[in-house]
Amino acid sequence: MAQETMSGAKIVLKALVDQGVDVIFGYPGGAVLPIYDELFQQNQIKHVLVRHEQAAVHAAEGYARSTGKVGVVLVTSGPGATNAVTGLTDALMDSIPVVCLTGQVPTHLIGNDAFQEADTTGITRQCTKHNYLVKKSDDLARTMHEAFYVATTGRPGPVVIDLPKDILMLPAPYNATAKVKHKSYKPQVKGDLKKIEEAVKLLANARKPIIYGGGGIINSGPGASQLLTNFARTTGFPVTLTLMGLGAYPASDQQFLGMLGMHGTYEANMAMHDCDVMLCVGARFDDRVTGLLSAFAPNSKKIHIDIDPSSINKNVAVDLPIIGDVAHVLEDMLKIWKSTQAKSDARALEVWWKQINDWRKVNCLAFEQGSEIIKPQYAIRRLYELTRGRETYITTEVGQHQMWAAQHFGFDKPNQWMTSGGLGTMGYGFPSAIGVQMAHPDALVVDISGEASFMMNMQELSTAVQYRLPVKVFILNNMYMGMVRQWQELLHGSRYSESYSEALPDFVKLAESFGAVGIRVQKPDELDGAIKDMMAVDRPVLMDILVDQKENCYPMIPSGKPHNQMLLGPVAAGTEAIADEGKVLV
Amino acid sequence: MQMSTEIQCHTISVLVDNESGVLARVIGLFSGRGYNIESLTVSEVDPREKLSRITLVTSGTEMVIEQIKAQLSRLVPIHTVRDLTVEGPHVSRELALIKVAGIGEKRVEALRIADIFRANVVDSTNESFVFEIVGKTDKLDAFIKLMEPLGLIDVARTGVAAIARGSEGL
Repeated sequence: MAQETMSGAKIVLKALVDQGVDVIFGYPGGAVLPIYDELFQQNQIKHVLVRHEQAAVHAAEGYARSTGKVGVVLVTSGPGATNAVTGLTDALMDSIPVVCLTGQVPTHLIGNDAFQEADTTGITRQCTKHNYLVKKSDDLARTMHEAFYVATTGRPGPVVIDLPKDILMLPAPYNATAKVKHKSYKPQVKGDLKKIEEAVKLLANARKPIIYGGGGIINSGPGASQLLTNFARTTGFPVTLTLMGLGAYPASDQQFLGMLGMHGTYEANMAMHDCDVMLCVGARFDDRVTGLLSAFAPNSKKIHIDIDPSSINKNVAVDLPIIGDVAHVLEDMLKIWKSTQAKSDARALEVWWKQINDWRKVNCLAFEQGSEIIKPQYAIRRLYELTRGRETYITTEVGQHQMWAAQHFGFDKPNQWMTSGGLGTMGYGFPSAIGVQMAHPDALVVDISGEASFMMNMQELSTAVQYRLPVKVFILNNMYMGMVRQWQELLHGSRYSESYSEALPDFVKLAESFGAVGIRVQKPDELDGAIKDMMAVDRPVLMDILVDQKENCYPMIPSGKPHNQMLLGPVAAGTEAIADEGKVLV
Repeated sequence: MQMSTEIQCHTISVLVDNESGVLARVIGLFSGRGYNIESLTVSEVDPREKLSRITLVTSGTEMVIEQIKAQLSRLVPIHTVRDLTVEGPHVSRELALIKVAGIGEKRVEALRIADIFRANVVDSTNESFVFEIVGKTDKLDAFIKLMEPLGLIDVARTGVAAIARGSEGL
């Protein structure tokens, strides 16, 4: 390919186009003006102007998570970059591929405390998968392509490219690099066949097996979810998923036990605790999943498939690690299962399923919906039922509503559930929904939210209105930071220190002032009609659903307790649900 | 599966691209994840390929040491991570410059001990010596301890450089 010479800013855009980027989320400023000037003069890339740089990264995450493509962010130097830090950390924790371009003061001013200068590569080193400061024009094109390669391969993650303004203005050569070969970074995607054979043997002899899947399946692509489903069907094993994994296995399937972990189902956690062989697929034994480590699935052999070797033996020592991409490994595992004519222990499985079905009878997600006050669980159930016929994407903020959404909204397909799992970022869901809607203009995109979380990034209403993005915000308004209050009840004698949502705005008027639609719901019998109205409107809608203020999220594994000591409902006053050693845990 | 909870000391060799920020990445990884660094040395070893070699001495349980190696390998500009302690016999050396001030019998005693340890005198005044000593960490520790009552003033140590025995490269 012939080498062309053009300005740095042009190279940036050309590289984005060559990488297949069609949407970027950003906010202009002095250091990135050359890029914005180039953006103005082209029409291949659409730019979405957010109202805060944190929202740009969350929008890119939503875009990425719902499409499997890279989310791209463009922000200016200094405050533009520092505002993006929360989003970058969020993307790192949840392994979301994001490329974030940050402006920087010109190279000769770096280190001089220039206006809007921040040590962006220094600040973002710990919250990105990798970052670059482009100091020489000649490196620009290669760095752009390399960033996409690093962000998308292996365990995906955010990559920052810090672009000094002089580099953006100076001419430099551009090569359309089709494939990047990296000197040192070469992630392994194929699993070790010997280990996969061993895994098949272990699984075939299992009497109480369980498949525990996570976000790695979603990152591996829709094929991985299909393979997981095939494998579960072939073996007849029960499946549970982490918060990040929801959708990787159809929620409506009989073999699905629901989410596991702190607010997972009773049956999923009991099955994890009692299993004899665990197949962990693209999950990382997070503390929200394991509960008390020393009593985590104590009598099990553990097989762990993960593309990231550092996930192996980090929290839980496993018996059989398999490094590789989930889809590749599952494909080989299925092949070997079939070629060796492996068979599950049918009689043992029957006993195991009988036990699981007994746990299911506890009906741990049950709630009582009266005629006066809307239960938050009921609102989510109704949203789920009424949206079943449409292509629906759900994002969430962080807190009780997030857990209720995970428990009560069923996901049958991957990439339709966007939530902040690892970092737990309040304010994630709304901008994320904007990113999702950009990628899926005709789909129904709903941010299930709480009133407190929504207010962390509500300025983005302006973005949604400007780009005519009909995102819906489904606020379960209990006038509390509900999860904080729940923990204060459990741990701090119900002293609700600063967890009450005081001086809330009138959300209906708020929506209207932005040019969006506001709907308030107060009674259970108004809910269905309001949801239908919401779905019928082709504009952004803010739903203010007044829900039971005192409702808490159950079941729950109290901190410091193992899987088989779940709280199924509120504990009597004065009982110590959480011991002192559990209280120090988060 | 059970892993040993005993704290072990490991020497790890890391080959990295000699680019700006790479050392900060390694150090940030250790501080961010709460790992120990007992010693860390770094220098360019291949100017043509622009590669530097970092020698790390760290301690932790088996699980932590495994994590450290996996986390290091995950850094993009890192080429190779090798655990010399696990992989077989290796040689490790450290250099120290040690300033001892004193007169009379103490001065003579310092010189005598330096001779036993094969330390060289690289600077001398009427009331001080600077010794240069090369050896394993424990040899240096022992020498420094002996110098303490004899007027130890200053210690500068390079940290450990290590290499595997035999004909194989990193």
